[in-house]
Amino acid sequence: MPLLSSVFEPGFFSNGPTQSALTIGGVVAVVSGVVGVFTVARGQSFAGHSLSDIGTAGGSAAFLVGMAPLYGFIVMNVMAAGVMELIGIRRPRGRDLATGIVLGAALGLAALFLYLDTTTSSTTGATVTVLFGSIFTLDPTTVPVVAVLGIVALGCVLALFRPLILSSISPDLATVRGVSVRLVGVGYLIALALAVSLSSITVGAILSTALLIGPAATALHLTNRTGPAILMAAVIGAVETWLGILLAYDSYYWFAGSHGLPVSFFIVLIVFVVYLTVQTTVRLSQRTRGYAGRSSAT
Amino acid sequence: MFESFMIDAWEAGTLVAVVAGVVGFFTVLRGSAFAAHAIPNSAFAGAAGASLIGVNPIGGLAAFSLLGAMTIGALSRRARRDVATALAIVMLLALGALFLSLTTEYAPEIFSLLFGEVLGVSTSELLPTAVIGALCILGVLLLYRPLMVSSVIPDVAEAQGVSNQQMEIAFLVVIALATTMAVPVVGALLIFSLLIGPAAAARSITSRPSVALVLSVVIALLTVWLAIALSYWTNLPIGFFVGSMGAFAYAAGRGWAAVANRRLRQASPTSRDAVLG
Repeated sequence: MPLLSSVFEPGFFSNGPTQSALTIGGVVAVVSGVVGVFTVARGQSFAGHSLSDIGTAGGSAAFLVGMAPLYGFIVMNVMAAGVMELIGIRRPRGRDLATGIVLGAALGLAALFLYLDTTTSSTTGATVTVLFGSIFTLDPTTVPVVAVLGIVALGCVLALFRPLILSSISPDLATVRGVSVRLVGVGYLIALALAVSLSSITVGAILSTALLIGPAATALHLTNRTGPAILMAAVIGAVETWLGILLAYDSYYWFAGSHGLPVSFFIVLIVFVVYLTVQTTVRLSQRTRGYAGRSSAT
Repeated sequence: MFESFMIDAWEAGTLVAVVAGVVGFFTVLRGSAFAAHAIPNSAFAGAAGASLIGVNPIGGLAAFSLLGAMTIGALSRRARRDVATALAIVMLLALGALFLSLTTEYAPEIFSLLFGEVLGVSTSELLPTAVIGALCILGVLLLYRPLMVSSVIPDVAEAQGVSNQQMEIAFLVVIALATTMAVPVVGALLIFSLLIGPAAAARSITSRPSVALVLSVVIALLTVWLAIALSYWTNLPIGFFVGSMGAFAYAAGRGWAAVANRRLRQASPTSRDAVLG
């Protein structure tokens, strides 16, 4: 089958690193998509992105004391989520500020730990690995850990599902119905912290944000209902990730003698293009149907 | 500490602190913290791109900061601002990852782009830093009133003939300029701490805009000077001191406000919660 082999370059399915990239990428994309729908709906993209940078401080600290970076990411992120909620300024503008303060402090710590990492262990690559992590250099033994964490994050979201939807749409209504908006907020931030730790340690900080926000924002342009949006975000995210991995793998064969292009570039490019296409299409089709005055974004 | 090679660091640091204090004040006022994080990150990608094609890094920084600002502006017309910013930052960072994969740049160089190399500032870099900084301050001064109105009372701004959208774009460009001058000195990640920490602290101490603006510059200056001195004495990266002092300044400001608030409540029953924003 010449067509198939020109799409899937030799060894795509039998290659070990590619297999674990496809598995972990898929798990990360699904978890990020589900959590991401709430992140976008609650307007907390900044917190979602910050946690991937904040985790770097934890990851580099763990590296320093010889622990697995994953645990550093998780501990640091859960703590940071707690502090963000503690500073807890109600207005959305203030919420970005609280995120900013925590992020600023964490970046300072990251600068310190990364510096100490590079001076004590002489592995200058540590900086780049933690910041940009690559899906192709995953340790296959992390697959079970990643799967368990993903399930815990999904479990948090499912356990909080109804109150979370209610308090995301209308905090006042939720309070009247007896939902503790604050408690739900903490629970959700912990799920977010877990999801982001999971994704930034495996696929890197850039992809973590891309997979959290991109598929979810795309899905929310397609439907207003939370349930279908979650399903769509998970599917869109997984397909985008696999397509990106395929392109990155194939790119090894595009230029004679040179190395391949980074997988994160391909996945982000696909996420970005799909988002723009869906957004434009939805807007145009609404306009032709006579909804010109209504913005699909709000 | 004041040897000849340190003079450039002191001067560059002072310039960056003044600009960060002014721009940071409006960043906090407008709730643009995410943009203040995203634009320096895109600038980082620009520096990587500049080193790939072998041009002056300042050019790459400027081009990509502006590109980042424009992408955020264009995307947020039709989507929520935070989603637009998140998508813009990942796209530009992914470009950065692409550029880095194509260059043979050493990891330490990347580290200094991210976390700054204030002691590595050379005399020849001071002039562009000063010029861009002056442009930035000039921009803010020219836009002072409309920017203030659209930041504090956006609904009234439109009625007064101030376009909120134009102000948003103009302010994103100001952040891009501040980024271009600051990244070589304090790094892509820590210009953010410097924009947010001092300004947030100033805002929590006073609710009067002009006082807060001055206070923000003063705290930024103190932060940078202390950070340079501590970094010199301890040999630890300057970014660590900038980052932790920003958070410390904010915590101190909130503490100060809480104490002042309690005293005020005891004196008169009127609440001053508005100060905390």
